[in-house]
Amino acid sequence: MTTRRQVTAGVPRLAAIAALLFTTGSLAAEPIKIGDINSYTRMAQHTEHAKRGMQLAIDEINADGGINGRVIELISRDDAGEPGEAIRVAEELVSREGVDILTGTTLSNIGLAVASFAAQNKVLYLAAEPLADAVTLQGGNRYTFRLRPSTYMQAAMLAELAADNPATRWATIAPNYAYGQEAVAAFKAIMSERRPDIEWVGEQWPALFAIDAGAEVLALSAAEPDAVFNVTFGADLAKFVREGADRGLFEDTFVVSLLTGEPEYIDPLEDEAPEGWLVTGYPWDKIEDPAYVEWLDRYQAAYDDYPRIGSVVGYNSMLALGAALEKTGGDTDPEKLVEAMRGLEFETPQGLLTFRPSDHQASLGAWVGYTTVEDGQGTMRDWYYAPGEKYLPPEEMVAKLRPASD
Amino acid sequence: MGFILVQILTGLSSAASLFLVAAGLSLIFGVTRVVNFAHGSFYMLGAYIGLTLVALFGDLFGRGHLAFWSALLCAALAVGAIGALVEIVILRRIYRSPELFQLVATFGVILVIQDLTLWGWGPEDQLGPRAPDLRGAIMIMGEPLPRYDLVLIAAGPVVLLLFWLLLNRTRFGILVRAATADREMVGALGVNQAWLFTGVFFLGSFLAGLGGALQLPKGGANLLMDFGVLAAAFVVVVVGGMGSIAGAFLAAVLIGQLQAFGVLFIPQSTLVMMFLVMAVVLVIRPFGLLGRPELVGQGRQMLDDPLRPTGWRFKALALALVALLAAAPLWLGDYGLVLLIDILILALFATALHAIIGPGGLVSFGHAAYFGGGAYAAALLVKYAGTPMSLNLVLAPPAAALLALAIGWFCVRLSGVYFAMLTLAFAQIVWSVVFQWGTVTGGDDGLLGIWRSPWASDRVAYYWLVLACCTAGILALRHGLHSPFGYALRAGRDSPLRAEAIGIDVRRQQWAAFTLSGAFAGLAGGLYAYAKGSVFPNEMAIARSFDGIIMVFFGGVQQLSGPLAGAAALTWLKDILFRLEMWRLLLGLAVIAVVLLFPQGLAGFLKARFGRFFGIRPELSA
Repeated sequence: MTTRRQVTAGVPRLAAIAALLFTTGSLAAEPIKIGDINSYTRMAQHTEHAKRGMQLAIDEINADGGINGRVIELISRDDAGEPGEAIRVAEELVSREGVDILTGTTLSNIGLAVASFAAQNKVLYLAAEPLADAVTLQGGNRYTFRLRPSTYMQAAMLAELAADNPATRWATIAPNYAYGQEAVAAFKAIMSERRPDIEWVGEQWPALFAIDAGAEVLALSAAEPDAVFNVTFGADLAKFVREGADRGLFEDTFVVSLLTGEPEYIDPLEDEAPEGWLVTGYPWDKIEDPAYVEWLDRYQAAYDDYPRIGSVVGYNSMLALGAALEKTGGDTDPEKLVEAMRGLEFETPQGLLTFRPSDHQASLGAWVGYTTVEDGQGTMRDWYYAPGEKYLPPEEMVAKLRPASD
Repeated sequence: MGFILVQILTGLSSAASLFLVAAGLSLIFGVTRVVNFAHGSFYMLGAYIGLTLVALFGDLFGRGHLAFWSALLCAALAVGAIGALVEIVILRRIYRSPELFQLVATFGVILVIQDLTLWGWGPEDQLGPRAPDLRGAIMIMGEPLPRYDLVLIAAGPVVLLLFWLLLNRTRFGILVRAATADREMVGALGVNQAWLFTGVFFLGSFLAGLGGALQLPKGGANLLMDFGVLAAAFVVVVVGGMGSIAGAFLAAVLIGQLQAFGVLFIPQSTLVMMFLVMAVVLVIRPFGLLGRPELVGQGRQMLDDPLRPTGWRFKALALALVALLAAAPLWLGDYGLVLLIDILILALFATALHAIIGPGGLVSFGHAAYFGGGAYAAALLVKYAGTPMSLNLVLAPPAAALLALAIGWFCVRLSGVYFAMLTLAFAQIVWSVVFQWGTVTGGDDGLLGIWRSPWASDRVAYYWLVLACCTAGILALRHGLHSPFGYALRAGRDSPLRAEAIGIDVRRQQWAAFTLSGAFAGLAGGLYAYAKGSVFPNEMAIARSFDGIIMVFFGGVQQLSGPLAGAAALTWLKDILFRLEMWRLLLGLAVIAVVLLFPQGLAGFLKARFGRFFGIRPELSA
């Protein structure tokens, strides 16, 4: 199966290169190299799709003649899920491979490490996936931009609808590490502001990927909440959902859950996906926007597989970099690229997006809706696209948290 | 009341899977003395093979009880066969080598299985199948308990009982018990140890596979579950007493209950609780709840030649190497320097670790705590005191030494595998605190902006600083091992009784060496923090400790210059392999190949070849 996919994936790439050779004849022009650092072994379920998205965009840009006749070349490296390794790989990409731009990264701590590397070495870095607010706020810097909506933004999207729910007794469950803590803090702050009558009756902090689901569900039930805010994901989520369903936790409880609607997380739950959770996610087969549908066809033709949220982020990250390079006329000087990225507007299957100059956060949004099961498979219903620009952290927050840098 | 009862039952059910895995691990250790780090991988394989077989049998025989339970059993049998295969192909060849060898070999197996699993089953998390008719919950005094939990609660005691029958009522059991008590004697009596060991590996791996398959209805299979279960299984084995099955059961129940009630009262405690229990038990009962002290002469000693001062040719060679390295900025590119900085820092770390493993004779599994301790000391000073780099680099070693001093006090009271496990437990405690105490340490988001002072901000300047610090550190450690302090340390390793008799306080000597080793690891950590510009909890995680052990081993445990060669080899190998998709498979195979083909390590190999010329005599002992 893998080989067939690789073959089909390779066809447009070859065609693109061939087309370029014959039409522009710019064989001599050096390619523009983009370095991609990702947790290819540690988080394989995300990164494989991100890479497909990136490659599709690059193939399309190159088939269109590249940037000023130069093709874009993507050089991918595994970081093994270790920030220290990510820094070493970043050094390798910059000094040995001579890449002009760094991108990729999935885990938040690696995003932060590479952001700090980018600032120190004055290289443009587009953090595609990491969610930590600090990437653009406390750890933000001149050379770092971020594409995916941050933890704060996704929590704000959920809080908007969650505040309309009459529930007053809320409990939270989140993996006990930076992402979980940040998500709970952001959600609590926004909710308490909108609904001062809310009472936070309990919080559970299972260890990441080591949840003792039965005990956690019992502890949550003991607090007798009307509503639960969940941040667990991956294998923890599957266990939490099973135990919660078996023990009847979800029967009369309103659940709000971060990222659970993304295919990466809801698909493995199969027909046991929960009913009626308010989530952020990506209903890939239900979006009817013509630009999106056209993109979906191209993606499925290239890979014989459906896209995940990683594909969307990967694809858009290359569109953003392509647009920035167009704007500089193919100049890869990092200072010029930074100027080009600020306020850059680029057309994507999700519409026209931009990077806010004050914190370098992109306006890519997320899909908000309720989980349900259709044809034995988890999916989203009553969803809508929440545009990122509506949920960006307020400018006062940026001014307060982001270190001063030009 | 009902609530507490259900919480107890929940704790018992989560103990079941853990017990099965730990029982297998304990059995393997008890008989073969192999600390099988690949045990978590067998657990993962049990889950994945179980998934496939449940689907397959379901198609063939209908989705009834027979198909489901026989699929789980067959999955466990298949994993048992894989375990036996690993024993026959790899471990059987290295039983005569020091314990470290088997450990490193099983680490290679982990890497190989990780990539093969990814290749075979793909990257997506897999939801486990539900057991037929066992969906939903029953009510116990008004509180729901999932039906499948009843199966798990029963599974623990049933397996324990079957085990007892096997060990006490069969000839195989008699041999296993005899081998656990005195392996040499069993061999001397004419028992074919090779097949006994293979049988034990089959049984142990079978149990790990069964544990993985039985938890499918509670969760599923994913690629991170091998390391996920490993730490917990080790804690259970050590708390219960290595080699004791009943102890493993007791410990699994204890930990299951602590987890279940821990999340109720201290929800944040989940990571640290388990290791805290282990540390407390080992401090009070050094050999676990039901374990027995290791018999003298049971563990394989690392027979070493006495250290000899090197000849002038070797000194000239070392000087030439340092000169060559000092001139590296002239002939190496930017990235070459980056790699060299990593290599030098890790070489210092590995040399510090080697001092305690080789001449000290104590295998520390948790040395990353001091490497990370030094790194965090420097980073925290930057964050909260704003002190300059030079001061922080001076303060990092004493900070790490302080940590090693405190932890060492508990650890040196033990030896062998128990020492290794206690160091691991403390390292995990330190790691958990750093990982979860976000407000101070930044949690897993780490501490950023550890900038170098302006005079060292240039890469070449920093490289020279690292070269100077690491050379000085390595020479100091070398000198220490050639001094009376080092002689006393080795005396304690080679013959504790005689050392005590001539007035050496062996424990104190080991404690001092442990602290000293921690200090140098801390210096390496401080340098690493400034090399990367940031610090993360990964710097003190298990993986970092293992890297250290692999480097010591790659270079050769018996060679003082081994760690340098090992650090260079591993860093270089990773740099090459990281560009390939299946680098873990290749690295794992490389590790296994070194274990089988170069048991004396790289430096040992070179010494055997060229040692005489450089005035170091080749090995005398066989």
